[in-house]
Amino acid sequence: MTDSASTPAVRLSGARLDRGNRTILRDIDLLVPRGSVTAVLGPSGSGKSTLLSALTGELTPASGTVEVFGQPVPQRQRELLELRKSIGVLLQGNGLLTDLTAAENVALPLRTHTRLPTPVIDRLVAMKLHAVGLRAAGGLYPRELSGGMARRVALARALALDPPLMIYDEPLTGLDPIASGVIMSLISRLNDSLGLTSIIVTHHVQETLPVADRCVVIANGQIVFSGTPDELQAATDPLVQQFLRGEPDGPIRFDAVVREAA
Amino acid sequence: MPLVTSIRSLGRAGLFTLSVLRASKPTVDFFSELVREIYKVGARSLPIIAVGGAFVGLSVTLLGYRALETYGAANQISALVGLGLYRELAPVLTALLFIGRAGSSIAAELGLMRATDQITALGLMAIDPVAKAVAPRFWAAVLTVPLLVGFFCSLAITASYFEAVHIIGIDGGTFWQVLKDSVDFKQDFLFAFVKAAVFGGTAALVAAYVGYHAEPTIEGTSVATTRAVVNASLLVLMFNFVLSAMW
Repeated sequence: MTDSASTPAVRLSGARLDRGNRTILRDIDLLVPRGSVTAVLGPSGSGKSTLLSALTGELTPASGTVEVFGQPVPQRQRELLELRKSIGVLLQGNGLLTDLTAAENVALPLRTHTRLPTPVIDRLVAMKLHAVGLRAAGGLYPRELSGGMARRVALARALALDPPLMIYDEPLTGLDPIASGVIMSLISRLNDSLGLTSIIVTHHVQETLPVADRCVVIANGQIVFSGTPDELQAATDPLVQQFLRGEPDGPIRFDAVVREAA
Repeated sequence: MPLVTSIRSLGRAGLFTLSVLRASKPTVDFFSELVREIYKVGARSLPIIAVGGAFVGLSVTLLGYRALETYGAANQISALVGLGLYRELAPVLTALLFIGRAGSSIAAELGLMRATDQITALGLMAIDPVAKAVAPRFWAAVLTVPLLVGFFCSLAITASYFEAVHIIGIDGGTFWQVLKDSVDFKQDFLFAFVKAAVFGGTAALVAAYVGYHAEPTIEGTSVATTRAVVNASLLVLMFNFVLSAMW
């Protein structure tokens, strides 16, 4: 990993991302500065999760490059696993192991990747759960947690190894407005206090813009906007306007042809 | 092209088996998962194995008595029960009961793990999902099914003894002596446990393979569970013939 502070956390240059024979995203140029919160916005099915897959090495770009901390995302399994230790991912479905308690879930990456003694791991787990406001819920199983609590446990687990890069995949899906507010506030606070770089992949524009330093809008298979939240609000591009206003008609196609043609 | 698809599936299954063996590293976490899985697939299977074993013992005794009595050889009934159980019935029936009870559960659990992003999450945490979720289940089955076969045989022979001695009226000493004389330790007794380990491993691998690669939907999990039971059962019956012919 290149440690130079000037190296961006993530850089995509001319990347084309395919799923099978279909091109989902093309000509993707993206630069995520270290320490920033970048919102990747776009309608459902626009390829946001595909972009995430490229960052975590699940998907290899058909052309172009994807770099994380100055290093191309490796294809060899061993190097890829090493890279993933420095990336925390909060999945849309949380992905909590259902036969483990909340504390055991958070302890899992620590037990697997460190040789810390159990009392130290227990202490770290308590700290991580405390950071997301769930210290008292460590003994609960995922089935006993509400949607918002489960999301916060998953967040604590993603932060367990103190990764410098956090990726949030639709962190607000299925949450009520209060839980959404709690999660967004946590993301912002953790990013500042832990010195992280955060990428939020979402279609929840209004909740995300207040915490974002930069925004990228994806539509019709490419990046149609890149700039600050203020610039996004002021953008006159009909694509961006349609997405921000949630209009059914406009240049962003809503039917199934979108995925096939993208 | 069904042939190409079949060959491709076979190749994938082979690679999956290799990945399971490669992921089987004796770590503390592995052993704690192994103990948990042995409890889940082994201890929880004991009731159906006990009931199954007892009724198979009773049925074979009755069948044997009716056949042997014609030739005045009813006192040889324990030889029939012993050989039939150790060489064929116990390993096969235990494996089939195990597939119905534990194989389906392995496929359903892994299918649900896939559908609820748990397998994806493990990979993203740089934890090998095969090492975490599949290898302990495989080894638990390899270790557990032979023990379940021993339990199955014990219950079957005990039930057979009670039927033969207390209902049919065969001498108890003769029952045990004939059983001891006719069952060879290596050829019959050990053979049952070797078969059981092979069947346990096969059942777990098939169940894990279809569950692990299930479509991430409720229907996908349901299809995987059915496929696990059908494919594993057929493979066990085929392997049973091959092993019986070879040993």
